[in-house]
Amino acid sequence: MAAEALKITIDRGPNAQGLQTEFEVPAQDNQTVLDVVSWIQQNADPTLSYRFACRVGMCGSCAMMVGGVPRWTCRTHISKVLDGNAVTIGPLRNLPVIKDLAVDMDPFFDKWVAAEGVHHGGLTRDDPIAVVDETAPARVEANAGIECINCSVCYAACDTVTGNADYLGPAALQRAWTLLNDAKDEGRVAILDAVSGNGGCHNCHSMGSCTAYCPNDLDPMSAIAGLKRETAKSFFKRGRR
Amino acid sequence: MSMTKGITSRAHPLWLAYILHRVSGLALALFLPLHFWVLAMAVSDPARLDGFLHLTEAAVVKVAEFGLVFLLAVHMFGGLRLMAMEWLPWTPPQKTLAAAATAVSFLIAVLFFMKAI
Amino acid sequence: MTLRLYMLQRITALLMAPLVIGHLAVMIYAIQGGLSAAEILGRTQGSVLWFAFYGTFVAAVSIHGAIGLRTIAAEWGGLRGIAADALMWIVGLGLFVLGAQAVWAVTYP
Repeated sequence: MAAEALKITIDRGPNAQGLQTEFEVPAQDNQTVLDVVSWIQQNADPTLSYRFACRVGMCGSCAMMVGGVPRWTCRTHISKVLDGNAVTIGPLRNLPVIKDLAVDMDPFFDKWVAAEGVHHGGLTRDDPIAVVDETAPARVEANAGIECINCSVCYAACDTVTGNADYLGPAALQRAWTLLNDAKDEGRVAILDAVSGNGGCHNCHSMGSCTAYCPNDLDPMSAIAGLKRETAKSFFKRGRR
Repeated sequence: MSMTKGITSRAHPLWLAYILHRVSGLALALFLPLHFWVLAMAVSDPARLDGFLHLTEAAVVKVAEFGLVFLLAVHMFGGLRLMAMEWLPWTPPQKTLAAAATAVSFLIAVLFFMKAI
Repeated sequence: MTLRLYMLQRITALLMAPLVIGHLAVMIYAIQGGLSAAEILGRTQGSVLWFAFYGTFVAAVSIHGAIGLRTIAAEWGGLRGIAADALMWIVGLGLFVLGAQAVWAVTYP
């Protein structure tokens, strides 16, 4: 394996005419997809644009489509994704491409805010610190989703996002769900309204690609189902739109 | 990995359930106007309705009918599955058990029904 | 897809689940020995029960199908806003009119 060359195809989009897209990369025993992309940029084509920061699966900035699947490139061993000795690497799906493998994450973060994925505090600095019961059912529900690091892998995996540009997507809705279950957050009405609109949680078809591909093993699909239950309850209780 | 070549991020059971539900629903919606139109002949043109009903003896139409019944059943059970998944906060093993129990009961009921008639 | 459409979609679905099982059972029963207009009409004509059964079915399926096709047209056909809503209403009303004619035709005494 060590002496072989890997055949890497970089999907540089329709605007990359004339640019090199096929690269021969020396294989190593321990080599991540990010290592391969970095090798290309450092040794074959210095104009190749891509994004990464921590290299250990904490920052969520290196996600790309690897063989048609959205993944953290830093935590994916190249041997796991090779077909023979070849693989295609492209920019994340469902987001505008800036250049090569770097996408514009703005729509993703804008939707995070549009889903009321912000803290709705009710206390001031003069109030005592609220006690959080780690065993309360709502807290357990919130804890299940708070390890999201905004890498957009679920957003890229979701076909509903592809078909509906207004759809808030799995990550933003999951954050809305964790805040809804957070004893310290007082934005219940605002959150339920935000996830009940045109791009809200009811667009979800439970196809489960978000949960299937989340690198942190989170379950956005079930979080969105939770939002559907809560909004349905409020529909009967309060006759909300 | 070569086994999944050409299949992208969609090749998992829930996505397949989603696409089956959507395609069956679309097909049923397109079939309904024809279904209603033929039945409405009972008043406007009973002889023509009988003509259509005789068509159902043909093998090709029998296969098409089987397809429609399959689409209807698959869309109903797919829909019940979806609503159970979204509205009943059970654990996944509980849901698998419930689905299996429903499928077995339905199978027994159908077998009974086939024997009874 | 808003909360209101979602709820309508699910409520009509729940309403139709037993109706579909009934419809499947009648179909399996009715095709024994072939279909004829006389046989179908003999069962349904003048029956208030069958009128209620299929009347409810038609009303529910018109709503359910119209919302479903609106979603598909939006996601796969790029239809947005008023165009998507217009399609939904046309499909819903069209299905209801055709379905009501059919129900009337087979249950009219």
